Amino acid sequence: MLLVGAGAERLGKKRIIAETGAGQHGVATATVCALKGMECIVYMGEKDMERQAPNVARMKMLGATVIPATSGSKTLKDATNEAIRDWINNPGDTHYIIGGVVGPHPYPDMVARFQSVISEEMKSWQFFEKTGNNLPTHVIACVGGGSNAAGAFYHFLNEPSVQLIAVEAAGEGMSSGKTAATTQLGTPGILHGSKNLLMQTEDGQVVEPHSISAGLDYPGIGPLHAYLFESGRATFLSATDDEALAAAFELAKLEGIIPALESAHTLHALTMMKWVQEDIVIICLSGRGDKDLSTYMKHISL
Amino acid sequence: MNRIQKLFALKGRNILNIYCTAGYPHLESTIEIMKALQQYGADIIELGMPYSDPLADGPVIQRSSSIALANGMSIKKLFEQLKDFRRRPSSGSVGEAVPVILMGYMNSVLQYGFEKFCADAAAVGIDGLILPDFPEYEFEIEYGAIVNKYNLDFIFLITPETSDERIKKLDSLSSGFLYAVSSSYTTGSDKKPGSAKGYLRKLKSLRLKNPVLVGFGIKDKASFDAACQWAEGAIIGSAYIKSLENSPNVNAATKSFLSSKRGA
Repeated sequence: MLLVGAGAERLGKKRIIAETGAGQHGVATATVCALKGMECIVYMGEKDMERQAPNVARMKMLGATVIPATSGSKTLKDATNEAIRDWINNPGDTHYIIGGVVGPHPYPDMVARFQSVISEEMKSWQFFEKTGNNLPTHVIACVGGGSNAAGAFYHFLNEPSVQLIAVEAAGEGMSSGKTAATTQLGTPGILHGSKNLLMQTEDGQVVEPHSISAGLDYPGIGPLHAYLFESGRATFLSATDDEALAAAFELAKLEGIIPALESAHTLHALTMMKWVQEDIVIICLSGRGDKDLSTYMKHISL
Repeated sequence: MNRIQKLFALKGRNILNIYCTAGYPHLESTIEIMKALQQYGADIIELGMPYSDPLADGPVIQRSSSIALANGMSIKKLFEQLKDFRRRPSSGSVGEAVPVILMGYMNSVLQYGFEKFCADAAAVGIDGLILPDFPEYEFEIEYGAIVNKYNLDFIFLITPETSDERIKKLDSLSSGFLYAVSSSYTTGSDKKPGSAKGYLRKLKSLRLKNPVLVGFGIKDKASFDAACQWAEGAIIGSAYIKSLENSPNVNAATKSFLSSKRGA
C-alpha cells in the first residue's frame, strides 16, 4: 500500500480516492494517505457504514473523508460507482486506488499483484517449518470484490497440485433473491469497466446483491475469478449468512480467534469438502472480527 | 447521406441535441416527448436507454433512469414503442427528418444481442448510437463492422484529458459527429467549464473529419451559445430532465424549455 501511495505521489496526484466494502481497504488507504499527507476520500455504501462503524471511525481518525453511497443497495457496488464518477470528475489531480480485483484494465491485474503478498507469505519458510511441505493441497478464500482471494491464489496459479477454493456469499440462500453467489447466478456481463460474471436481469440490469457481510455483496467477481471459474482452475462454493455466523462462533470457541464475517464464509467451506489426513489446507482469514461485533452481538445466543 | 449527416450538411451550426430518458417520466412518455422536442426545435433527439448503473451520469439522469426502469422500460419495450414512429399518421408521427440517437451502456446492449440491437434500431429508424463505456479497441476489431452494416452512426466521446492522438483515432472511428465532453465531468455537473474554450479551440485546430457537439454542463442559453462559438452545437440532458421533473405536462415543459434555449 505504501508503494501505491508513493506511486500516486510520483504521478503528481494530490488527492486519493477509494471504494470500500467492509472498510479494510478504506482503512489501508486512509493509513497511507495519513503517512503521505495526501487528501483521502473513501466511498462506502451507506448500509456498510452502519454495519462496519468501527472501520468508519478508524478512517475518520486517520483523517479520511468517508462519503456514503446512497444509491442501489447502498453497498460495495454503489460505492464503486461513486468512486468512478469522482474520478471522471477529477482526472487531473486524483488517483483512484481500487480495492477489489475489479475495474478497467489494468486495475484487476495491478490489485492481484499487490495482494499477491498473501500467497508469497503462504509459500514462506514458515509454512515449510510447520508442515515439512513446500506446498499446501488446498487454499481457501472468500470472494466479494475478490482481492484477498486473488492474492491468496496468485503464487499457486501455476501449481496444479494446489486446489484453489473460492467461497461466495449465498446470503439468505441461493433461491431467496437475497444473495451474492455470482458464479451460481451470474452470466457474462460488463460491470465497472470489465467483462466478468454478473448477477443481472435478462435485460442486462444489475441485480442488487445481498450478504450479511459487507464487501461480499458484490454482483460481479472481476475478470480473474471469472476466468478461474470458467476454466475450472478454482472451485467455487458458497456459504449463507447463517452458515457464516455459525462458523465464526465455532472458530472463536475452538481457536480463540474472532474472524471477520467475510472470512467466516471461508471457514464454512471446511464443512463442505471431504478431507483426508494428508491434506494441508490454508485458509485466508482476511480480516479480524472486531469490526463485526455489532452483528455478532445480535446473534450471540447462538 | 443519413439524417445526421444531412442535418450537419444543411444546417451546420447551432445544432441543438436534447437528451431524454426513454420511459421517463412515464413509461408511455417516450413518443410524446419526441414529438414535442421535434415540434419546438430540437435538431437531434438523443434517447437514453435507462441502465441500473449509469457511470457517466450524475444524479439527475441516475434518478430519471431508475424511475424509467421502475416504470418497466427496457430495450425491448423501447423498440416496441418506436415501431413505425417515422411512418405513423400525422397525429402520432415524430417526423421523417429529425435524427434520433440511442444512448446507453454496453451491458444492456450486449444482453439484448449486439447485432440484433443494431438491426432492430436501424429497422425502426434510429440513426446513431452513443455507448460511453464502449472501448475503442473492441469497436475497431469486432463491433464497428456490425454498426456499419446497419448504416448507423457511432459517436465516440472525448474529454479535455484525451490526447490529440487518441482524439484523431476516435474521430476516424466515429461518424455523424464527435461528442466533446465539455470538461471531465459526469452529466449534470454544476462546475464551470473553465478550460473548455481552450480545449474547443484546440479541437478546431485538429481539423477533424466529424463535426463536434459539446455536452456535459450545457444547461441554458448562455452555455449553449458559448459552446456554439467553437463547435457545431451542443447537447443538453440533465437540465431538460430537471424541467420535466417539475412539470406534469410534458408538452408545455418542452415548449418552455426549448424557447428559453433558442432565445425565441
